[in-house]
Amino acid sequence: MKREIPLIITFVAGVAFVLQYFIPHYPFNRFNDIFSDWFAIVGAFAIWLGALSLIKLCLLNISKKSHDWPISLLMIISFLSIVIAGAIDGFHGLNTVPTTSFRDPGTNFDWLYQNIYTPLSSTMFAILAFFVASASYRAFRARNTAATLLLLSAFFVMIGRVPLGDYLSGWLPERMQFSQWANWLMAFPNTAGQRAVMIGIALGTVSTSLRIILGIERSHLEG
Amino acid sequence: MKKYQYWLILVALIIILVIVPKPLEISPTASVIVTILLGLALIWVLVLTIRGHLIGRRVVFLFIGASLALPFFMNFEMPFKISPEVKTLYDALAKLPPGSKVLAAFDYDPPSAPELQPQADAFMAYAFKHDLKVIIMGLWPQGPQQADMAVAKALRQPEIRAKNLRYGVDYVNLGFQSGNEFVIQRMGTSFSGMFPRDIYNTDYNKIPILNGVENFSNIDFVFNLSSGYPGTVEWVQIAVDRYGVKLGAGNTAVQAPSVYPYLSSRRLTGLAGGMSGAWQFELATQEPGKASTYVLPQTFSHTVVIAFIIIGNAALIVGYRRSKRGEA
Repeated sequence: MKREIPLIITFVAGVAFVLQYFIPHYPFNRFNDIFSDWFAIVGAFAIWLGALSLIKLCLLNISKKSHDWPISLLMIISFLSIVIAGAIDGFHGLNTVPTTSFRDPGTNFDWLYQNIYTPLSSTMFAILAFFVASASYRAFRARNTAATLLLLSAFFVMIGRVPLGDYLSGWLPERMQFSQWANWLMAFPNTAGQRAVMIGIALGTVSTSLRIILGIERSHLEG
Repeated sequence: MKKYQYWLILVALIIILVIVPKPLEISPTASVIVTILLGLALIWVLVLTIRGHLIGRRVVFLFIGASLALPFFMNFEMPFKISPEVKTLYDALAKLPPGSKVLAAFDYDPPSAPELQPQADAFMAYAFKHDLKVIIMGLWPQGPQQADMAVAKALRQPEIRAKNLRYGVDYVNLGFQSGNEFVIQRMGTSFSGMFPRDIYNTDYNKIPILNGVENFSNIDFVFNLSSGYPGTVEWVQIAVDRYGVKLGAGNTAVQAPSVYPYLSSRRLTGLAGGMSGAWQFELATQEPGKASTYVLPQTFSHTVVIAFIIIGNAALIVGYRRSKRGEA
């Protein structure tokens, strides 16, 4: 039964979702509402599950004094700080008139969000600029025809997406300026490539979904 | 260069950024001189490479750092051209009559804020100035907080403050809801099913702006700011395809190419992609903000990356010639 029940749930949910899409009338249209509500509830629990799992992992790292355990400790302190700040602000806000939110300017949560979370996460992302530049220097080399095409596309998109492109090519007719080249590359070759990928993904999704709904594919039940 | 020299340059740059009073703007002449010096330094690197002295990645990092930091103090007039996808996005917004209900979905977090927050700021200011009713939500937990920042910034503008806009009447923040695309799907039949209360715990039915808003059929336009999953792709696949919603989007530069197929099929009304899209959107809505400042560093950094691609290819050619000579 440990395998049969999840398979039955998967089959019923999968078939119900397919039916509600193609038959938008009662009672099938209700399936959409019911399953969407369930999904939101399961999703909310999954957030808690993920957070608790992360804490468990960090506590294990600390107790075993494994590699980089201070980072695990920092993670727990950060997690608890923002949860506690949000909870205090949230409960306080519920008892004030008019009601305030833990996200409002001036709250502890907002201070942590604005002054710690935002700069740290933005910095992590900003570091990418340096690695992208270094990778471009080493990777965009005209070794063969395909690499040369990629190199030229990158050149025209990068120069065409910034004002410098039109500044340098301003003397050319408008349709020959760099921004127009970038627009053309994005609107035609890029769109064609993206469509091919999308169609491939869609076909793969349909076949995998059918295999899962019909119980042929069972790898998701393992582990 | 030795390792300590890189550290010295880095420390000098930090001191310049921290100590120099802001806003500091160097004159156009000085800006041109700094640009020429940067260009000469790049030519020097190219000459070194042709001579066979390959540069390390620290040099690349140094140039990128300088090209991102220095333009913040420069003064250049930038030629601008609004791309067709940004123009259609603006046109769709401009066609909305006062009082139209616009759903603003904030599906991003702070790492994407440099590209998307300027779009959020411009959109919010434009919407408030043109009396659009804004309903905010987020499929990402941080989204509604980013929206609050955009609302607060817009409300600081004297013209908007004079309108005396009221929360719940002119705009509302429904907050975050878990469930990814299933949230969109459920909203197709019932908004209140997914958002029974707003962020202030007020009952959905007691919020004036939401009177008569049952599902997407009561929404005039959806503006989605997205940096990944769930985001614009899910909004197109469910809200547009299934419920016929009119959707415009602002995306990060990384994500934008993946939604271009929806532009040509007119599933997506318009798109502001990346920093340049944000800058063009600011210009179109006449709400100049941070993107107008950030676009100059982006221009410089793109130029430096292109220069290093040329240098990299010079190194390739030099290496190829040497190996040929060695064979001979």
